[in-house]
Amino acid sequence: MDLIALLAIQVLYAVASLALISVGLAIIFGMMRVINLAHGEFLMLGGYAAIVATSHGVNIWIAILVVAPLVVGGIGMLVERAIIRFLYGRMIDTMLATWGLSLLLVGLTTAVFGNTTVGISAPLGSIQIGAYRTSAYTLFVIAVAGVVLAGIFAVLRWTRLGLIARGTMQNADMAAALGVNPPRVYAVTFGIGAALSGLAGAVLAPVSGVFPTIGVAYVAKSFITVIGGGAAILSGTVSASALFGTINQIATFVTTPVFGEVALLAAAIVLIRILPQGITGRFFRRSL
Amino acid sequence: MTARAWNIVGLVVVAVAGLGFLVLTPRLAELDTVLELTVYMVMAILALSLALVWGYGGILCFGQSAFFGLGAYTYAITMFNIGESTVPLLLAIALPAAFAALLGYFVFYGRISDVYLGVITLTVTLILFNSINSTAGPEFHIGSARLGGFNGIPGIPPLNIPGNRTAAIDLEGMFYLATGSLLAAYFGLRLLLVSRFGRIIVGIRENEQRAELLGYDSRAYKLTTFTIGGALAGFAGCLFANWGSFVSPTIFGLSQSAQIIIWVIVGGRGTLIGPIIGCVGIQWLSTVLGANQPSGAGSWANLLGNVPLVLGAVLIAFVLLVPKGLVPTLGDLGMKLLNARLPALPRNPAEPVKSERPESA
Repeated sequence: MDLIALLAIQVLYAVASLALISVGLAIIFGMMRVINLAHGEFLMLGGYAAIVATSHGVNIWIAILVVAPLVVGGIGMLVERAIIRFLYGRMIDTMLATWGLSLLLVGLTTAVFGNTTVGISAPLGSIQIGAYRTSAYTLFVIAVAGVVLAGIFAVLRWTRLGLIARGTMQNADMAAALGVNPPRVYAVTFGIGAALSGLAGAVLAPVSGVFPTIGVAYVAKSFITVIGGGAAILSGTVSASALFGTINQIATFVTTPVFGEVALLAAAIVLIRILPQGITGRFFRRSL
Repeated sequence: MTARAWNIVGLVVVAVAGLGFLVLTPRLAELDTVLELTVYMVMAILALSLALVWGYGGILCFGQSAFFGLGAYTYAITMFNIGESTVPLLLAIALPAAFAALLGYFVFYGRISDVYLGVITLTVTLILFNSINSTAGPEFHIGSARLGGFNGIPGIPPLNIPGNRTAAIDLEGMFYLATGSLLAAYFGLRLLLVSRFGRIIVGIRENEQRAELLGYDSRAYKLTTFTIGGALAGFAGCLFANWGSFVSPTIFGLSQSAQIIIWVIVGGRGTLIGPIIGCVGIQWLSTVLGANQPSGAGSWANLLGNVPLVLGAVLIAFVLLVPKGLVPTLGDLGMKLLNARLPALPRNPAEPVKSERPESA
């Protein structure tokens, strides 16, 4: 019984972390049709921002929940202005340019921070489940994922910003005719997507540590989640994370973490063969 | 001159330059230079495989290094088990081709768009990297070959003359083999591209819907192109395993995949010579930058010695400023100069209209 509860928490954690690392990418892709191959490096920068801030005496919660999103969001907007905006409508070129950006950021952080793993210890200690112990931070990650997803839903559904964003997403020309400034919407969207990536990277930093090439560990999983989810930002991310996270965690439980990832990928490729438009291409089509 | 004449001139130039390079280099250069050039040639074969798949087939494959690595690992593992290189060499071509066919079946018959294709091929590569990386323990072995995980597989036996396992290839022989294979691959692909098959895959790249309406099954053509590319990359991987007698999971890695893309981008999509030039140029640049890395952190020279940083900057710069790549851009420039100098030349009415992309160079 305790083991099942523990496994349930682990599965929930896998789903939550998958959703967390994917949602920034999903927003950028869903809104702007831009595939950001530097996504993993945004997560990495979030981790570094949190760690550097903490080591300069900032409270760890503020470092993770405030500093990291702000820093990476700023970097994201800068990148949008400097590179992405010249490449709208040229999807493949955007992918290539962001891949270049990814290499550049890896090189830069290696030069600045060195090629070693830095970390902050996970706060909150551990909790007891029957005969087992698990880190309370796991529950914190799950909570953050829930709050982030709920927040995105609320913003998209009920605010003016969300309305403008959805309108621009559906038809940028029409939105422009109604007085919206699409370039500004894109810049803000890219910034928000980057900020969420930074948040995710910071939240996961105490779990995994941070090193310059850590983005590689995240990027494959988050892309598969976004593609598997399909066009709808929220329901796509949530449904794909739920599916892949469960598969990943159960396969990990049975074999090893690496083969858990292999199972995740195999499931994703089969899923895409069956549902080329992703889960939300077939189900929950009219959702956010 | 007509486009056809230019084509023939280009072919002759490449053939003469290639043969000259093949024959003269080992006579003129030091052995370590020959060794260095050998790996450039091997990588150029890899570049050609992507030049076919992406430049002509229009298939955005970000994971060409998966087939490269698979070829290298297949050769290494079967070589330890068999000891005679004919079967390992053939398997190092067949297995990546089969893997490409399997992956291609899922993506092309699922009718996945270009962009998703790039992401999926990239993901497959990363997963391969992670899986092989984690096989360090002695329990991971195939036959008598240990996979070695992140340590790689050292001491891979070299190729031998088919049927005679004592006649192993030496360093100079390796150079001849790599350069000869590159030339063979180049002219083989040229032949393939002027064949009916080659015309159709370029047609599909230009307008897939139109090709389908004309009755061509674009899925099958793309799958075939992808498989050929996989086989060629696998062959390059086999040569690479021979060259260093060592393979490690980094040949599946993200930076290796990125490099192949950069070679093709820099050289130019839709040409074969471009990616070869891009490959040799970038490799040379990486070697020079990596070798001149000074000690003392924080200096500008240190940043320049940081190869991923420089490659990233090169990639961004080319996408933003020279999206067509060096060879097509220079070709256009040359054409413009030529046309400006000979304004009075009457245009041959039978000459076909110059296409937007140069079909060959």
